[in-house]
Amino acid sequence: MGDAVLEISNLAKNFGALRATDGVTLDLRPGEIHALIGPNGAGKSTLIHQICGTLRQDSGSIRFAGQDISGLGVAQRARLGLGRTFQVSSLASDFSALRNVMLAVQARQGSSFRFFKPVMRDKGLIDTAMTILERVGLAARARLPAAELSHGERRQLEIAMALALQSKAFLLDEPMAGMGPEGSKSLTRFLDTLRHEAPILLVEHDMDAVFALADRISVLVYGRIIATGTVEEIRRDPAVRTAYLGDHA
Amino acid sequence: MREAMIVTRENLINLILAALLLAVPIGANWLGQPFYITLATRVAILALAATGLNLALGLGGLVSFGHAAFFGLGGYVAGILASHGFSGEPLLFGFSGTNQMWVIWPVAVVLSGLVGLAIGAISLRTSGVYFIMITLAFAQMVYYFAVSWPAYGGEDGLSILVRNQFPGVMTMRPMSFFLICYVILLVSIGLFALIRASRFGSALQATRQNEVRVATVGIQPYRIRLTAFVISAMITGLAGALFADLNRFVSPSMLSWHMSGELIVLIILGGTGRLFGPLAGAALYVAFEYALGGITERWQFFLGLILLLVVLFARGGLLGLLAGRARHG
Amino acid sequence: MTFALALEQLLNGLQLGVMLFLMAAGLTLIFGVMGLINLAHGSLYMVGAFACAVVAAWTGSFWIGLVASLACAAAAGAVVELLVIRKLYDRDHLDQVLATFALILMFSEGTRWLFGSFPLYLDIPPLLQGALPLPGGTEYPVYRLAIIAAGAVVAFGLYMLISRTRLGMRIRAGESDREMIGALGVDIRTLYTVVFALGAALAGLAGALVGALQSVQVGMGEPVLILAFVVIVIGGIGSIKGALLGALLVGVTDTMGRFLLPKILALFVPPAQAGMIGGAAASMLIYIVMALILAVKPRGLFPAAHA
Repeated sequence: MGDAVLEISNLAKNFGALRATDGVTLDLRPGEIHALIGPNGAGKSTLIHQICGTLRQDSGSIRFAGQDISGLGVAQRARLGLGRTFQVSSLASDFSALRNVMLAVQARQGSSFRFFKPVMRDKGLIDTAMTILERVGLAARARLPAAELSHGERRQLEIAMALALQSKAFLLDEPMAGMGPEGSKSLTRFLDTLRHEAPILLVEHDMDAVFALADRISVLVYGRIIATGTVEEIRRDPAVRTAYLGDHA
Repeated sequence: MREAMIVTRENLINLILAALLLAVPIGANWLGQPFYITLATRVAILALAATGLNLALGLGGLVSFGHAAFFGLGGYVAGILASHGFSGEPLLFGFSGTNQMWVIWPVAVVLSGLVGLAIGAISLRTSGVYFIMITLAFAQMVYYFAVSWPAYGGEDGLSILVRNQFPGVMTMRPMSFFLICYVILLVSIGLFALIRASRFGSALQATRQNEVRVATVGIQPYRIRLTAFVISAMITGLAGALFADLNRFVSPSMLSWHMSGELIVLIILGGTGRLFGPLAGAALYVAFEYALGGITERWQFFLGLILLLVVLFARGGLLGLLAGRARHG
Repeated sequence: MTFALALEQLLNGLQLGVMLFLMAAGLTLIFGVMGLINLAHGSLYMVGAFACAVVAAWTGSFWIGLVASLACAAAAGAVVELLVIRKLYDRDHLDQVLATFALILMFSEGTRWLFGSFPLYLDIPPLLQGALPLPGGTEYPVYRLAIIAAGAVVAFGLYMLISRTRLGMRIRAGESDREMIGALGVDIRTLYTVVFALGAALAGLAGALVGALQSVQVGMGEPVLILAFVVIVIGGIGSIKGALLGALLVGVTDTMGRFLLPKILALFVPPAQAGMIGGAAASMLIYIVMALILAVKPRGLFPAAHA
């Protein structure tokens, strides 16, 4: 699988006696949506943290865009093009939606050490950010502080920030969580187009969305990947049915 | 529309503050009351020091309890250069000091920046309470060094016999010296405004609000904070050099932790992160000191009481009361 | 440099360390349980010293003074907690710093108001006057040895209190999970007041004990407070064990540095300069030690679970 954008091999992480990540091997290929599912406490969050760099693995490696990123920090990984959204929205909450996206744009341009030009008079920066906000449907709410946006809008804003980074891969941690049925549907349509821009590793509990979107699914249980395959393969997999889908299907 | 109104209101108040600070010494000069010119100069210099701190504390959320280190350092630069300039004793590499402010200021700024870099590089590896205590401890280290190093007066401090010179200005005239400080204050407030509005300022304020978010878009919070801390130290150091020239005296008290505390108090009294917060706070503080000091010897007790009430019940400071909540674009 | 002299300095360092522990234990306990940074802890040290000096002068008994210092500092702590500190638990550290800074101003100026600017003096009780011979031919004051012993007793008592009593169990619960102790049915407000008063009493005890060695005056608590900060930063904020080790490390390093550095430098440079450079370097030594420790372990030697 030399052409994979993200390759995780034999990743392991223990918390005391608890094996939160137990030899996980996983890859993300161009143009695909790879869904990561599993019951609560399966270690999905821990895995995401290790991919992003907020947690260090005990062993194993992570390669991204042809480079070993296992030893890099959060910001360095983001600079390489790893775009992420959070399970619980994480924004600069005093800033407007627009300024949040502008922050991501300036980060991608690597221009955070400019001291004199006011950002709010920087037409190029504002226009780039506005274009992205339009794409996610937040243009009308651009001037509101992030703290005053609705739950669904904050999720959209997170995706806008990941877009602004022109990411080479997206890591979306439960983007549907807390969205109403309408919101989930429109987000599903949006993600469906997004995969052509960059592949998506999608952690999600909403099975309708997962089955509608995923090219491949990996099932994580007790820190181990028990199966990886297409939607059909996963639906049929007996191990998955007993371990996980039993109470959903 | 509400936003626009608040903006003009805050700007108007800022303008009034700046005008008042200029009007008081001009009036005092006219009435032949140089004491009030000195008070206004004191306000301008403390506001300058606090403007430096406001960059780290107000914008970056870095509660430095050690900015007296930079304030005192600036003061000692002025004192030491002047004393060598006076005695002609060589200081370093054959350089024997100077009484020219235009030489003293850059030296104070650069040295404060370097010490800020060293203190910041270690302190910023931590956060929260650790950061507060470590900055306090490093400032205390500088303080004890100044006390125990006898060459420049140790505990007794160092006098500047004649106020340092600036080409074309009679610095010994209180009004002229005030104007120097006033101009530097306004330039620094302008610089603060530029930085706050800039890309760097965006990143810095975002770091205060959500460090993880900033790292996730690919900006290293540590570098942003360290840069802010160094700039902040430089401005406070410059204020220290002016303060030494105002009093024509520098002593370890400029380095003491009370001084660090006072600088934070100025910012809070005025309004954290506000452009003119430090000036409003410094004016209020010096006015308290003067007015309360006139009534009772125990003015510090009442200052403490007022401060306590402000913290418990009026967290926006003076500008918060006058101009409403701070806003971010 | 004789062995006896070095031993004497080592004991002085130990005695300073014990004092710092009494201060640091309270600070770190208050931070660990309530998440509060208390700058006014040095004021409670001062309250203890003044209470002891005044009551001892009045009654003629150091021991009654000592009891008074504990009582007064604990009472002052409880009152301050009830009136001010309580409102600060939910605030950010900046507000806590400012409010407790304001308390320092009020305590210092208030004490000056009551007792004037002249220092008070406290005599060492007759029982503990005199000196004991040390190996090597010198003598060491009994009182300083008694302080070291008192510190050891308090450290042991604190350990027993926290590991063996109901109150200790609640304190430990409070350190690991603030919501949980509410769920356990413990009255958090009372617990907080008790912990704060306990920390205050320890500070007051330290102040009273040191009061007989130095003069009792306004501002005496501040240098000790800052050293105590260095101690808990080194030890790990929230950790009593860290506070004990940090206190002994800081006490011994500071004292031995002041003693040894000028002597070591004298081997290389003329004595006058050695005294000057050595003295200045020694005054910075503990901060350099702190910086080195933090460079390796940013959360101190014994990092607490949360901070």
